[in-house]
Amino acid sequence: MNISLRLNGTPVDVDVPPHWTLLRTLRDRLGQTDVKHGCGEGVCGACTVLLDGVAVNGCLVLAVQADGGDIETVASLADGDTLHPLQQELVERGAVQCGFCTPGMVLGALEATRIGAAADRAEIRRSLAGNLCRCTGYTTIVDAVEAYQQRVANEVSP
Amino acid sequence: MTVADVKPSHRIVGEEIVRHDAVEKVHGRTSYAADAALPGMLHAMLKRADVSHARLRAIEIEQAKAIDGVVAVLLAEDVPNNRIWVDVPGQTVEVGALKAFQNVLADRVVRYHGEPIALVIAESEDAALAAVDAIEIDYERLPVIDDPVRALEEGSPTVHESGNLLTEWVLEEGDVDGALRDAPVVVEDSYQTQFIDHAYLEPEAGLAWLDTDGVIVIRASTQVIEHFRDVARILGVDDNRVRVIAPYVGGGFGGKEDMTVEPYLALAVRRTGRPVRMVWSRQESLQARQNRHAVRMHYRTAADEQGRLIAQDIEIVSDGGAYAFLSALVLLYSTTCAPGPYRCPNVRINSRVVYTNHTPCSAMRGFGAMQVALAYEGQMDRLARRLGIDPLELRRRNFVEKGDTLAIGQPLPTHVALPELTEAVEERIGPRPVPSSPHKVVGRGFSCNFQSYGRCVWLDDWSSAWIGFELDGSLVVRIGVPDIGCGQASSLVQITSEVLGVAPERITIHIGDSALNPLTGTTTATRQLYMSGNAVLKAATELREGLAGVAAELLATETEDVEFSPNGVHPAGEPERVVGFAALIAACARRSVPWQKLSVFNGPKGVPWKADEQWRGRVLPDFTYGCHAVDIEVDQDTGHVRVLRYVAAHDVGRAINPASVRGQIVGAVAMGLGQALSERVVFEEAQNLTGTFAQYLIPTAVEIPDVEAIVLESGEGLGPFGARGIGEPPVGPPVPAIAAALHDALGITLTATPFTSERIAIAIGEQNRAAD
Repeated sequence: MNISLRLNGTPVDVDVPPHWTLLRTLRDRLGQTDVKHGCGEGVCGACTVLLDGVAVNGCLVLAVQADGGDIETVASLADGDTLHPLQQELVERGAVQCGFCTPGMVLGALEATRIGAAADRAEIRRSLAGNLCRCTGYTTIVDAVEAYQQRVANEVSP
Repeated sequence: MTVADVKPSHRIVGEEIVRHDAVEKVHGRTSYAADAALPGMLHAMLKRADVSHARLRAIEIEQAKAIDGVVAVLLAEDVPNNRIWVDVPGQTVEVGALKAFQNVLADRVVRYHGEPIALVIAESEDAALAAVDAIEIDYERLPVIDDPVRALEEGSPTVHESGNLLTEWVLEEGDVDGALRDAPVVVEDSYQTQFIDHAYLEPEAGLAWLDTDGVIVIRASTQVIEHFRDVARILGVDDNRVRVIAPYVGGGFGGKEDMTVEPYLALAVRRTGRPVRMVWSRQESLQARQNRHAVRMHYRTAADEQGRLIAQDIEIVSDGGAYAFLSALVLLYSTTCAPGPYRCPNVRINSRVVYTNHTPCSAMRGFGAMQVALAYEGQMDRLARRLGIDPLELRRRNFVEKGDTLAIGQPLPTHVALPELTEAVEERIGPRPVPSSPHKVVGRGFSCNFQSYGRCVWLDDWSSAWIGFELDGSLVVRIGVPDIGCGQASSLVQITSEVLGVAPERITIHIGDSALNPLTGTTTATRQLYMSGNAVLKAATELREGLAGVAAELLATETEDVEFSPNGVHPAGEPERVVGFAALIAACARRSVPWQKLSVFNGPKGVPWKADEQWRGRVLPDFTYGCHAVDIEVDQDTGHVRVLRYVAAHDVGRAINPASVRGQIVGAVAMGLGQALSERVVFEEAQNLTGTFAQYLIPTAVEIPDVEAIVLESGEGLGPFGARGIGEPPVGPPVPAIAAALHDALGITLTATPFTSERIAIAIGEQNRAAD
């Protein structure tokens, strides 16, 4: 089936079998390998992408369901080599170890911040419950999201 | 000049530099094993056993082969040498009695649920999946062995013809029976740990292709590129015809120490001549990959009135699952560490690992040393309560010290910081928390542990590293280290920068390639910073020696007087009089002084272990010590445990990158808390029922509290600049710390992990009924 997407700002048309997920389409048809396949069952969050601004598990969305949608992956965040402030906080706080959960974690955290679901550490933890990490123990990730949230809050009300 | 003579300025060692790999990863640019593809690539998939023990009467593959897009279906008879030898992979060839094997593809019998039977190769993943589903297998069911104790009974059915006992260690020092008979206090209990999955986020994956000169290249998610030799043996070709590349790995924890996709990819490339990719599903990863051993332990511990240990009588039965893998070595670690980091004159240990039809068990972070911490710390707590002594004070009266020897004959060659570590956590854990509601109670627990870093000394472990300048003054490090996410590569860059002055941004490190890098051994056994770090330190130091002579000549000063800095080399105290690295390398070229260096670092040697009760000796190079403290809150109605606060202290000798060190400690604590509270691989008749992350519950950000890591630096370790390994040791203390906190909160002794809400609620109910 033919579908049209906006992928990180660029319009793309792609022909996919009807049973293919958005995750599989992004990785195997569109070469978007910054989206990771961790479990394929909607639990680990490694395949998190923003679909029309909402964080979804790419493995639980069929490609055809995303037809006409605007997809953002982690690759869209940096400005060339200049990291997005949230990405910068993550690397500076040692919140990236194996890095496999990181792309999904970044997008999950970004959405939580955007919708105001990251007001304090407990809220950040709840917001990240759908993004599993086996390496870091989460503490530094929460640190980074908290610092980013404060940065955003300061920009809004200087 | 020897390595020990280097007195670096610690300009960059000890700094929290941002890891170069972290930047790439947060961009999403890192190419993991499953991210690579080649034109014309085929897809490989395994047909695995649906049952846990059966004879294979017939395997019907014709229907599968007829499916459009299926290229080939391989069975055991298609594999040149259908054996995966497990003889401690890496830099060693001989381990004698610890040698074991399993089949690449099942041969007549399957012994666990998920054992590979057939290899499907197809033009698409969809075709491969259809072919796997189309393979029909006629099983003749055999009796299922799912209890390691019953498996040892006379007349039990067997998993292998050789019997169910895989390995046994027996040792006795002193007069244990006499000491137990005469001791003023004896405490006794049984403890049990569960099967645990590594649950890395990146499933097993790889891509392989045929390169020039008939070399098969396998780019796979692995902790051990030296498996190229194992693959060569399976194919029946010379070792030098197989090359393994490890890209950055999405988590290992021991689960990518044994081979995963490598032999299947190699067979598929050999058969087709085309590139082939294999990616395991999460279900395969959870159900068919090796687990952490489930261990049953029985301890009798005797002490005097002051709480000083007199005797320990220890029995261990470990469930090894269906194939041996590294079980014998895991059990050796259990045996070595079983008495805990405590002095004791009379020790008896009988430890056995047993075959069952469970998923095979092998290496996992903690490697046998972590399970016994539940028991030895449980005994210390029990003893403390019996004698009315503070649990940390009781431990302090018994800690081993530098120069002591463990029961197995293992010397402790470096500083034992346990007293300082206990003080540090006691101070930092702070005031006792208050319950948040009337039906909740709080509890606090402490635990100590020790675990080795580096491999068994009789394995003659070694690491090599190559460092060389480019003509423009930038620097290249080549070393065959697989980086599994702990910052292995970044730490080596930091060490290189420390010695040679070049800024990390001007150093490129090429890692994880068995053909193009000097081999440096496995990323296992908490050995890479220790071994590869020493190899890099040695290469950098030796390279510096030659360069310093040329620099001194150019600067008209003494060799001892030159300093290496990011801008180049200058006389001490005169940074403005600097010779840039490009100019220095040009001068070296004119004088034929090498500006590249390959160096080998050898670990300590030892007397090989023998299957003999009298054998005593050094097993491992050295240990890393730790002390943890936890505060929990328990809901008395539901049994739910909330971890409120966690402090973990370890002596790491020297922290090369403190952020990476804390990352290892905090991450290991989270993994240990998962084992303590929620994780378990569930079997029914040895059928693995936990095939999804919805069933196998690793902790989320909600379950793990803020963990505070305290990094002590005694300066005494066998690694570079006095570093110790830290990857595995911190996974041990969380389980006994939680057990202690549960007792503190509820007055209930729980001895079998995981301490789930159900188990705790049942125990509270029993306690209430007993009180009525």
